Amino acid sequence: MKASDLAALLDEPACAHNKKEKSGCARPKPGASAGGCAFDGAQIALLPIADVAHIVHGPIACAGNSWDNRGTRSSGPELFRIGMTTDLSEQDIIMGRAEKRLFHGIKQAVERYGPAAVFVYNTCVPALIGDDLDAVCKAAAERWGVPVVPIDCAGFYGTKNLGNRIAGEAMVKHVIGTREPDPLPADRAPEGVTVHNINLIGEYNIAGELWYLTPLFDELGLRILCTLSGDARFHEVQTMHRAEVNMLVCAKAMINVARKMEERYGIPWFEGSFYGITDTSQALREIARIVDDPDLIARTEAVIAREEARVRAELEDWRPRLEGKRVLLFTGGVKSWSVVSALQDLGMNVVASGTKKSTEENKARILELMGDQAIMLKSEGARDLLNAVYELEADILIAGGRNLYTALKARLPFLDINQEREFGYAGYEGMKELVRQLALTLESPVWEAVRRPAPWASRAMVVAGPEMGDSPDAEDDTPADVTSAGIARHIAPAAVGAAA
Amino acid sequence: MAQIVRHPKALAVSPLKASAPAGAALAFLGINRGMPIFHGSQGCTAFAKVFFVRHFREPVPLQTTAMDQIATVMNAEDNIVQALAAVCGKSKPGLVGLATTALSETQGTDIARMVKTFRALHPEFEAIPVVAVNTPDFAGCFETGYATALCGILDATVPDTAGTGRAGKRKKQVNLLLGAHLTPGDVEAIKDWVEAFGLRPVAVPDLADSMDGHLIQEDFIPVTLGGTPVSELATLGEAAATIVVGRSLNAAADLLAARTGVPDHRFDGLMGLDACDRFTVLLSELAGRQVPERIERQRAQLQDAMVDTHFMTGLRRVALAGDPDGLHQLAVLLTGMGCEIVAAVSPVKSALLAEVPAPQVHLGDLEDLEDLARASHAELLVGNSHLAASAERLGLPLLRAGMPQYDVVGGYCKTWVGYRGSRQTLFDLANLVLRHHEHIAPKPSRLAVRPAEGGDRSAPASATGH
Repeated sequence: MKASDLAALLDEPACAHNKKEKSGCARPKPGASAGGCAFDGAQIALLPIADVAHIVHGPIACAGNSWDNRGTRSSGPELFRIGMTTDLSEQDIIMGRAEKRLFHGIKQAVERYGPAAVFVYNTCVPALIGDDLDAVCKAAAERWGVPVVPIDCAGFYGTKNLGNRIAGEAMVKHVIGTREPDPLPADRAPEGVTVHNINLIGEYNIAGELWYLTPLFDELGLRILCTLSGDARFHEVQTMHRAEVNMLVCAKAMINVARKMEERYGIPWFEGSFYGITDTSQALREIARIVDDPDLIARTEAVIAREEARVRAELEDWRPRLEGKRVLLFTGGVKSWSVVSALQDLGMNVVASGTKKSTEENKARILELMGDQAIMLKSEGARDLLNAVYELEADILIAGGRNLYTALKARLPFLDINQEREFGYAGYEGMKELVRQLALTLESPVWEAVRRPAPWASRAMVVAGPEMGDSPDAEDDTPADVTSAGIARHIAPAAVGAAA
Repeated sequence: MAQIVRHPKALAVSPLKASAPAGAALAFLGINRGMPIFHGSQGCTAFAKVFFVRHFREPVPLQTTAMDQIATVMNAEDNIVQALAAVCGKSKPGLVGLATTALSETQGTDIARMVKTFRALHPEFEAIPVVAVNTPDFAGCFETGYATALCGILDATVPDTAGTGRAGKRKKQVNLLLGAHLTPGDVEAIKDWVEAFGLRPVAVPDLADSMDGHLIQEDFIPVTLGGTPVSELATLGEAAATIVVGRSLNAAADLLAARTGVPDHRFDGLMGLDACDRFTVLLSELAGRQVPERIERQRAQLQDAMVDTHFMTGLRRVALAGDPDGLHQLAVLLTGMGCEIVAAVSPVKSALLAEVPAPQVHLGDLEDLEDLARASHAELLVGNSHLAASAERLGLPLLRAGMPQYDVVGGYCKTWVGYRGSRQTLFDLANLVLRHHEHIAPKPSRLAVRPAEGGDRSAPASATGH
């Protein structure tokens, strides 16, 4: 990928990071970095497209260490679960045989698995030796008669977030708008209802949570042309340009897709979330408002009223068990604010939120939701994270799987919120599962047991304090308004108005 | 014995292979206060980290030199120096393992010279050993990367004492060089075994002490929670003997023997009665002691289990996938129980594969294994968690062995070796077979005249073989 193309992606105009003086997408620090690469991000963004053969072009590490790793689910084809890689050898690289290998690899995948399309992910080594991915994919598509989409996402191009955008860009450039949606059979739509087409961009169907929502959309006569990319099919991605509204579910991940579809096809978009009762209702309302069908608006309000009443009644039993519990939320991107709303719905007290990976809009949203008590964690080092838990007297840490065992080693209740998790939390139904999982860890008898010293020991088992050595992940150049634990206290929610 | 068969395929599908740098990282994770760093892009580290975190269900220290576009095109020398300085300064590691990746090797890195540059620029970290190894992802596999790192560890920390008469000064000390096919549970069992003879084992690496999964007093440590102390590595030259487990460690064993003059004894694996007996006899000789009664008892228990389970293992058609050492060790146990290895797949070539007791060993991936298992009517699969999907498609039971084991708890610390480990493995195998026993479909005689029997299906369907 050309440096200018990368710069254009990094310079996403809809991303508020780029309006700040100091860009949020800073260079990673050797020896003190955590997180994935551009390839990681691109693969995560597109892998859930279930009927596509996903080929990783590179040496074994990129696919060999990572395949079969995601909690996303398909209601049909399982092809996406099969790891495919050119597994480049030393000879391939030295003798320049990598392109040929890829070409034949595409043939092998097409012949054996009959995919709807082939996606080819570029990685560091082919990018470095200058493989012409576009040319190979073009030749293979002509030769084998199957769409072959190049996704030029070498790891060294940058962060996971950049990889998400590269993936989105590839869809916009090569896939979206290449086919018209199939007409909807008359008997599928609810009677007397005008069906409207929508897309959900950035919904990954983790643990199948999309399926908590599909019945609601069906009932409302909202046809999901495509989710990019949870439980999606290739032909659905092709037809995304016919939607009346795009909902951006995972804030910044594929913001470029929404923006470009607005430019090219005039499709309005908004940013929303399905975590929490309030946000789910808000998202449904927003869709109806943008579609601007008075009948839909009325029916949406009716569904919201019914669902909210039902779920709130079911949550009543749980509420006293969770109310007032202090939560330290540490997640990237959209979840930092969308989950805040879900937890507040339960009467829980969110004492801080991590914003390392959040965009400016996300930060503004958090401030809006949490008001002037907002405390944002900037560092993502394990040491700093634990110190923040102690300082803020949090009862539970909610974070991604990467921090799961850090929390457990420190004997802290934990809820996994990231993509590898096994439970779905989206929509009204998802709230019930969220509540169950929260209570399960918060009230577990194991915490008392593992904090108890051995009867014969004279000293206490668990000690906690900020003095036990630095985290290798910690930042050196913490700004002046950050305490030793990497906590920044925001005084005035000045940026609230800027929320998207 | 076995014929090696290559599969000329352009794609690896459902890869069996994990990368060499990941293997190197595991060896470094067995050193006390160890900290592995990959010289590559951030993703190289992130993927390996997730691989380990999900397998071990532990926080895993692993850092990166974070090569970005500029470092990749221009040069990444500063990245190495910065990464080493950051890790040494912040985490106070006992040992730093620096493994290259496909990216940095394709770019062309002189990793040893980089470490010298780091030494010159940062004399304050002089006391921290830095082990630099070349482990491009495009060559070898998990097992070879692990072996390379072990060579590097020994090379960097064991003083040259051959011919000085120091070998054997520590009469009770037995060095253990332990391969990538051994779990933390295995390492623990081997150490116990050695200790049962009054000997003092020094395991290198010691995964039982670092990756066994134990809560510690502190809430967080940025490096490994245990492992071989670096100070012990300097004493390897004074041991009475070295025991090596794993053919892949031959180069490391040669290096240690040449460096120290300590005599070594090499094993390919420690599963099954024969290997366990040889190991026990060796320990008895080294210690000059009789075999303790409890080990005699364990041996008799294994023999009893062999008799009990041979009904389920005999003539059982098994498909097996893994890196060479693990593959060989399991194949020996299984064939020793009357199983037939009808499909065996290794991700890379190794001289040991020719000795696997099977007609053929294929170099390939899990797609190959699935095809071979189907064609040869295998009845049981043995391999890592990635085989679960194949097992489902084939309708066969899967014994999870090797790495990664994502979909079970405790798979990482299961004990396979020794009399007790072998016995438990036989029980596990036999139970899988029992649970998947196929009953004869009822085909009552059409000539039998019986009153209508309605929908009552609770009665036993028919007699079976067992």
